[in-house]
Amino acid sequence: MTSIAVTASNAIGNAAAADIHAPIRISVRNLNFFYGDFRSLKDISLDFCDRQVTALIGPSGCGKSTLLRTFNRIYSLYPEQRAQGEILLDGQNILSPSVDVNELRARVGMVFQKPTPFPMSIYDNISFGIRLYEKLSKADLDNRIEEALRKAALWDEVKDKLRQSGMGLSGGQQQRLCIARTIAQRPEVILLDEPTSALDPISTGKIEELIEQLRSEFTIVIVTHNMQQAARISQFTAFMYLGELVEFGPTNKMFMTPNKKQTQDYITGRFG
Amino acid sequence: MAEHIVSSYDNDLQSLRRRISEMGGIAEKMLVDAIAALVRGDLPLAQTVISSDSRLDLLQREVEENAILTIARRQPLAVDLRETISAIRVSGNVERIGDLAKNIAKRALAIGGPFQAHKIVVGVQNMSDLVLGQLKDVLDAYAQQDTVRALDVWQRDGAIDALYTSLFRELLTYMMEDPRNISFCTHLLFCAKNIERIGDHTTNIAETVYYLVSGETLAIDRPKNDRSIDVTKAGA
Repeated sequence: MTSIAVTASNAIGNAAAADIHAPIRISVRNLNFFYGDFRSLKDISLDFCDRQVTALIGPSGCGKSTLLRTFNRIYSLYPEQRAQGEILLDGQNILSPSVDVNELRARVGMVFQKPTPFPMSIYDNISFGIRLYEKLSKADLDNRIEEALRKAALWDEVKDKLRQSGMGLSGGQQQRLCIARTIAQRPEVILLDEPTSALDPISTGKIEELIEQLRSEFTIVIVTHNMQQAARISQFTAFMYLGELVEFGPTNKMFMTPNKKQTQDYITGRFG
Repeated sequence: MAEHIVSSYDNDLQSLRRRISEMGGIAEKMLVDAIAALVRGDLPLAQTVISSDSRLDLLQREVEENAILTIARRQPLAVDLRETISAIRVSGNVERIGDLAKNIAKRALAIGGPFQAHKIVVGVQNMSDLVLGQLKDVLDAYAQQDTVRALDVWQRDGAIDALYTSLFRELLTYMMEDPRNISFCTHLLFCAKNIERIGDHTTNIAETVYYLVSGETLAIDRPKNDRSIDVTKAGA
């Protein structure tokens, strides 16, 4: 049958199609995660490609946010949570105790579901993180802040009020401020945990446009509950269920002709 | 296939299927009646065929509108998206089949009565029987999402083309034998062409069924045996 057929994914040739030859940036190997005694990730092995957006989808409690939270070891703030296995970032196992988590979190930035601006000025929101790691002159710092705000598509809206509080911005602007704060550190990887679920469609559109632009510089991993959003903005998609990786593949394939019935049932709204 | 969590989503898709199944039934009947009208010179029956077409057009518009609404409302993915898109395609093909059957009925009216030489029309009837079988099979394949059956229809289209070529040759002979045959032979030739086109639409539907079920597109050219272009060449 296959000799007279071409796969649908081959027929789709848009700019955002998955680059299956992109180098691997993050390699997860036999990862298990525990909340106390509860094993919430089960032997996950998965590669994340450089300068590609990978979406993690699955029902609530499937472990997708947990997986995301292992990449910058933010879970280690909680004593009863632990990860077993390997996560190689550029070949280095970031779960190794010898890795400095502060340095790791500068390399792997994170943006959360609810915008989390600090109660300080827009300028300080961004300079705060930079100052922790680098000593820059005032002029260099100004440049870095402008660059981050431009990349986050926020500069034109805030350039005349950099000294005003970040809390005074709209929800969508606050989220882009958080993205600016993340990219000002010049990370390698950006983790986005449902970054638009609290935003209106216009702000969501701006964030999605921004993600597409950031893809040229960063490896991006996004957790989203919105299937269409995953289909729109990601090149690869991983479907997780009950702590296991069910299926992983190029997004076009995952949303048109997934291999597993479980994946199809979930993305088409048939999950019982 | 499991049901959707939102049951009205299932209803949306079912109503698309129901309408297409009704369209298929109408188109089949139109073809049967059009050929019967042609063979028997039954003018009232030809009229009935012509008036059935409006129902088919209406159903096609409904399928299209509802499929578009489903896309807007549900943003279907995977098999649901393929089903919605397939509904638009198949309803378009069936609507065209209705148009072609209507054209045959119009030719029956133009000829205006029973044939003197009945054997001439037998070839057209044979061809129509073959296409009707194809149409029935492909509509069943669509309803049952049966790729094996769809592929079978897809591969058999070559036989219709071959029959068309031989009919073309036969009609040409009748016309050369007696110029008084030219008028109704020309009408018959158009009828044969319409039937051959109906065959093409059934293969389109077969391709859609294959895509709907497998998510893959039939890539290579299907077998074609229409050699009518060569018939009038010197030495043919």
